[in-house]
Amino acid sequence: MKVLMTEYLRIDLESENWECRVCDHTIGSARGNYKEGMLVYNRDPADIHPSIIDPEKYRFTFCPDKDWVHIYEFYCPSCGTQVEVEYTFPGHVPLHDMEVDLDTLKKQWSQRDELTEPTTGPNVLVDRGHRHH
Amino acid sequence: MNKPIDLKNVAEDQDLIKKFLKETTLFLGPDPEIIRDHRIMPRTDYEEKCVQEHSDLNQIASIRDRLQAACEEGFEMVEQMGAAPGAKWGDIITGIYSASGDLTIGSAGGVLIFSALVHHPIKFIIKNWIDEKTVGVNEGDGFIHNDSRYGNVHNTDQSMILPVFHEGKLVCWVASTVHEGENGAIEPGGMPSMAETPFDEGLKMSPFKVVENYEIKRDLLTFLQNSVREPKLQYEDMKVKLFACMRLEKRIKEVLAMEGPDALTACLRYTNDSVVEEVRRRIAEWPDMTVRTHVIMDSTLRENVLIKVNLAVTKTGNRLIFDFSGSSPEITNRAINTQLPGLKGMVAQSFMNHVWPDLPRGQAGFSPIEVITPNASIVDCSYAAPNSQSLMAIFTAFTVAQHATAKFLYSVPEKHTRVLAPWFNMIGTFIWGGVNQHGETLGNLCADLNGMGGGARMDRDGEHALAPIFATMADIGEQEMNEEEVPFLQLVSKKMTTNTQAPGKFRGGMGYSMIVATKDSDQWGFMTTTVGSKAPPIQGLFGGYACGSYPLSKVTDVDVYDVMMTEPERFKHSIPEIMNEQPFENANYSTHHMGMGFDLAKRGELYMISQGSGGGYGDPLERDPYMVIQDIEESLITPDWAKKLYHVVFNEETLKVDEEATEAERKKVREKRKAQGLPYADFVKKYVKDQPPENIPFYGSWNGDNDMVYAGSNDDKRDAKDPGPIYMINPKDVKIAELEEELTTVRNVAGLSAKDTRT
Repeated sequence: MKVLMTEYLRIDLESENWECRVCDHTIGSARGNYKEGMLVYNRDPADIHPSIIDPEKYRFTFCPDKDWVHIYEFYCPSCGTQVEVEYTFPGHVPLHDMEVDLDTLKKQWSQRDELTEPTTGPNVLVDRGHRHH
Repeated sequence: MNKPIDLKNVAEDQDLIKKFLKETTLFLGPDPEIIRDHRIMPRTDYEEKCVQEHSDLNQIASIRDRLQAACEEGFEMVEQMGAAPGAKWGDIITGIYSASGDLTIGSAGGVLIFSALVHHPIKFIIKNWIDEKTVGVNEGDGFIHNDSRYGNVHNTDQSMILPVFHEGKLVCWVASTVHEGENGAIEPGGMPSMAETPFDEGLKMSPFKVVENYEIKRDLLTFLQNSVREPKLQYEDMKVKLFACMRLEKRIKEVLAMEGPDALTACLRYTNDSVVEEVRRRIAEWPDMTVRTHVIMDSTLRENVLIKVNLAVTKTGNRLIFDFSGSSPEITNRAINTQLPGLKGMVAQSFMNHVWPDLPRGQAGFSPIEVITPNASIVDCSYAAPNSQSLMAIFTAFTVAQHATAKFLYSVPEKHTRVLAPWFNMIGTFIWGGVNQHGETLGNLCADLNGMGGGARMDRDGEHALAPIFATMADIGEQEMNEEEVPFLQLVSKKMTTNTQAPGKFRGGMGYSMIVATKDSDQWGFMTTTVGSKAPPIQGLFGGYACGSYPLSKVTDVDVYDVMMTEPERFKHSIPEIMNEQPFENANYSTHHMGMGFDLAKRGELYMISQGSGGGYGDPLERDPYMVIQDIEESLITPDWAKKLYHVVFNEETLKVDEEATEAERKKVREKRKAQGLPYADFVKKYVKDQPPENIPFYGSWNGDNDMVYAGSNDDKRDAKDPGPIYMINPKDVKIAELEEELTTVRNVAGLSAKDTRT
């Protein structure tokens, strides 16, 4: 059985591995940090949040200051999907963001049916009010 | 042989000691026993009896529905009659509290954070005033409160609290809380950034009796009016809250007459207990794991520094623990710290707004969740530290809570809302004050703070300027109506700020620009109070990006009203056009971080800001190209930005998408990522440092070692359990020192003797 953990990651409970949901690539042990099986890139904030006022004239420009924030991008090494992005302090170690208790996860899902797509929760429907047909 | 201890005597002695201590306490200060406990109170014997005798769920549901309707009625009264802008826009709550002081039923709209922390002052009243012969708690009494060290978020919020009696016995409490704004602090509007001690924060009302026999005591009212800048508002809103509480009391008495006090008590107790039980059941459905995240606060609102708000959430079985260890120590003379209830309230609110919105608005929903905070930290400050701008700490705490929660929720089969990326979390608005065009002194803020960009969801984009993180149903107000009372115009308002989107497969909801200028007063000014001008204060989710950064832009030495009269074509309607084209001759154009202290504004000078975007969700390369085109059509992004961020190929004239070329382009980008990305170990070796950046003051733990925290310098590392005080220098003194140093250098170069700078 496989458990869908994020938009791009799942855990195979039998092989005990993190897998990419886009290309089925085996990323690494689900007892460990999936980020260790990713490619990582230190993105210049100006690539994503370009200045909308002139950086030649002004100190603050709507573009984050690269000396104050770094953007770590984590890619699947097989298909290049951007699995996670982390805004962090310059020089900070990437966070071990999801540390799963695999044995409990196995036990929990032994009582459940496998899901191939995530549930989304209830839809909020617009109440069109009183009508005559 | 020792004599056996007479336990009866010991108990009597202890009671005597307690009585002695109670009678001789010189100061009833903030009470940690009350303030640090967010759980609902244990069942009393009377509650147990009532629950046993009234187990008919239909009766309980019927009573609860009537109480809920009463709360909504009270909410409407305050919203319709309240004078404070915050009341008009729904920054309020009315609620019914158990006899022990637990908020059981709150109004569904308004500020949900109040649901988790207005109970503290009631518990203070129960503990200290019921048996106090100089105070007492009687039918017709009303208590006022605003001091956040006794409960509540911050001192701009004032509560009116009434006990409800039945045949002489206290059966429950009702209360109404409003973001009143003005409170007599050193800056107008109630949230001073300049406060360096709690004594700069204005009114400090521990809970005290201000109403007897349903009448406001005029002597106390006059004292309060003299303590604030808006004396008429103070009176009007005290009356409004009192009458809303009286209406709630009336409705409760109708229930009492029909059902009796035992059934009412059973309803309140059962409601709280059943919510706690349901929350535990829902938590058990989550995967057992630890999720870690943090966000950057880039400012104290006085100076730019790097402050960490850190969170690890651990779920095991039906326990859920929020651990904020590693967050910055408190800054002893800056206003951005929070008292613990504010932090808990904000985390509770992330659940009420975005995780379990179907559960009743009350205290029970957060009761079983555990919170760990470092002592004397920015998320749990001492009573000696100011906290008037606690929103900075609790909004970022909301974000880390929301970010972590999303990572738990994705795999859970039973969801109650969509998984979503973090909401934008700062109040992009103007706080204002001074003398208005009618000669009245005012101090408050623009309702635009209620328009924060929504986070992108797992199946759709975030909504623009939708709602603040602290209320799902609040309004952004009618600017034209406000302009009847304030001497400034929003020359540009509700216009989305192009190219400030948080990209993703689903993008965040964006914010709008505000350009204001004073017109009819020479005693008027503005403040802005957000972090995030250098680094985004949120995160994206699952490959989506956060928002960018948002500065304050100013144009001084101009009167745009004169320009509009003589050369109206010179006025431009966006921040980039005005700042880049500089259309006003001889004017001074500048940008600043968003922690602007109160600034007196001359007629026609421009102050320009933008709300922020909620976080993006998913890889931007997966964004539907037609949704990208729609964003261009709606002027949310420009074509060049769309190409750069989303790698969509289209005809710029017709906006026709070339699907094949887009797919090929995106494939190339994925290959480029694989070429440019480093294996994790190599990346860590190349980019990770043992210490924070050297040239920027940093506060908080580094690389996961939460036992030690940095306090502004790599040479100043402290024990996280007892970090001690941190005092920052006044930014003006820093500037003076820099200028003196420069002057000394210049004098040396000029061959002049050094001047003695001592005074």
